[in-house]
Amino acid sequence: MQAAAPRLRVHRRRWGEGVVKGALALCALVSIATTIGIVAALLEPSLEFFREVSLVDFFSGTDWAPLFEPARFGVLPLIVGTLSVTFWAVVVAVPFGLGAAIYLSEYARPGVRKALKPALEVLAGVPTVVYGYFALVTFTPFLRSLGLDVQIFNAFSAGVVMGIMIIPTVASISEDAMNAVPQSLRDGAYALGSNKLEVSVRIVVPAAISGIVASFVLGISRAVGETMIALLAAGQLAQLTFVPFEPVETMTAFIAATGIGDVPTGSIEYKTIFAVGLTLFVMTLAMNLFAIRLVRKYREVYE
Amino acid sequence: MVMTAAERIPGVEVRHDAPSGPALREVVFDVEDLTVAYGGKSALSGVSLEVYKNFVTAFIGPSGCGKSTFIRCFNRMNDLIPSATVDGTILYHGEDLYGREVDPVEVRRLIGMVFQKPNPFPKSIFDNVAFGPRVLGLKDGLDDRVRHALEQAALWDEVKSRLKESALSLSGGQQQRLCIARALAVEPEVILMDEPASALDPISTTRIEDLMDELKREYTIVIVTHNMQQAARVADMTAFFSVEVDENRDARTGILVEYDVTSKIFTNPSDQRTEDYVTGRFG
Ligand SMILES: Nc1ncnc2c1ncn2[C@@H]1O[C@H](COP(=O)(O)OP(=O)(O)OP(=O)(O)O)[C@@H](O)[C@H]1O
Ligand SMILES: [Mg+2]
Repeated sequence: MQAAAPRLRVHRRRWGEGVVKGALALCALVSIATTIGIVAALLEPSLEFFREVSLVDFFSGTDWAPLFEPARFGVLPLIVGTLSVTFWAVVVAVPFGLGAAIYLSEYARPGVRKALKPALEVLAGVPTVVYGYFALVTFTPFLRSLGLDVQIFNAFSAGVVMGIMIIPTVASISEDAMNAVPQSLRDGAYALGSNKLEVSVRIVVPAAISGIVASFVLGISRAVGETMIALLAAGQLAQLTFVPFEPVETMTAFIAATGIGDVPTGSIEYKTIFAVGLTLFVMTLAMNLFAIRLVRKYREVYE
Repeated sequence: MVMTAAERIPGVEVRHDAPSGPALREVVFDVEDLTVAYGGKSALSGVSLEVYKNFVTAFIGPSGCGKSTFIRCFNRMNDLIPSATVDGTILYHGEDLYGREVDPVEVRRLIGMVFQKPNPFPKSIFDNVAFGPRVLGLKDGLDDRVRHALEQAALWDEVKSRLKESALSLSGGQQQRLCIARALAVEPEVILMDEPASALDPISTTRIEDLMDELKREYTIVIVTHNMQQAARVADMTAFFSVEVDENRDARTGILVEYDVTSKIFTNPSDQRTEDYVTGRFG
């Protein structure tokens, strides 16, 4: 009856919109499904593993020799090896990455930034095997030439070079976060008589902290998960030590080395790989969750 | 050439509540033939005027005539814009503000600024006000200093029970008064305000205008405003800027048209362009 009312109703069904929505949902689903698949694939052999080796033995044992007779399954040396290498990586990557980000975002002239940022991102694309060899054939010999008592394979070299590898990641993401801080905040601080360093450290870094912490977490995750450098430069000696110049075996190095070896499918050695993988997964997950909470707590929301 | 107000006005046509005419006032800034360009294109050209102590001096004019550009010259904020160049001189108590020995960081400690859009730091209310004193190393009596600044900015009663809360939880008007308090906390001599009330409701605007009347006893205030009633209400001296368009070179440059006692600018301007603007026939 009334001519005006139908105007608000749908004239043509917009099928296109539904299709796009479905396709996008599918994309999101693929990554979630893959993650679930990975966890499931890790879980099954791991559960079998823990039927044969108790959790207590696994996590409290200080001896790791799964491929020898009698086999021992104390994973602590691998965890300590991973943490030790990661520690040195973080010691290098956090200050240098943050420093580079502050320089690029706050100090560099626009032209310099334009040239440096892509260069940094290219650096992030160098294959890790190159870094691994650099650690083994250049960095370790360099340390020795300084007269340091360094083993050929050692946690320190692997960690430092891993840190260098991660600097671009930390710098690039931190810089993005710092760039997103509104200029008006900087102006406000300058207008109060702050110098550049004070503006950077007291205003920009706190305002960008969630992005900066995210860059650290991503960097650390890469260090924890990094395989090639650890395998090539840290060695494969699973000893429980925090001494930086001693060889260690990381969890990833164990997985890679054992994975490409000839362990029969279904054997206890085979299941060990998955148990270590699951442990690695849980550690990374825990760290990410912790970081998210940390960021929530200290974030300075602008706007 | 623009004559200074002191030359033209014998000191009689001043605002009724102004204690004395500009001729008797101490000059804080003496601007001579100032030209500012962005990347070679001049945005403001040939400006000369004097800013007097304990006066509110207002800059009015159409959008794009260079008011913000001009006010940023007084605390050297234009230094932060890489493409900006400043020519001419600004004397601050007789000393060249752009002299080779002058440190812009020191300049900004003496000459504070409040921006058009409230820009509180994403920190607590207390930390916002304490920011300046901390940077200057004024750690003693910080609590009193923060309180005093908040009182001066007429904000203390509203925030005294929530100093630890985020400054972003305040309303827009409160945020702007917080920014004023933040500027006051370092005890500057001059406060520059670039359209401080343009984002605020009438009540907040009135509060900030009242505040300026209070503050000018202790401070010298320079304010940019789009609101002519506001200029008429708060300013002792008013400068009217306009845009000069050069059709041949497609260039637009801000110029100072007239600078005088506020009442003169609004009731009896000497320039036709000023009259057109203040009576609403232009811009
Ligand atoms: N950072 C900048 N880079 C380049 N040009 C600029 C910059 N800031 C201002 N300008 C130009 O200078 C001229 C004057 O701008 P300004 O912001 O000083 O005007 P204004 O009088 O404050 O205007 P409004 O009343 O709209 O705030 C304009 O043409 C503007 O485009
Ligand atoms: Mg402006």
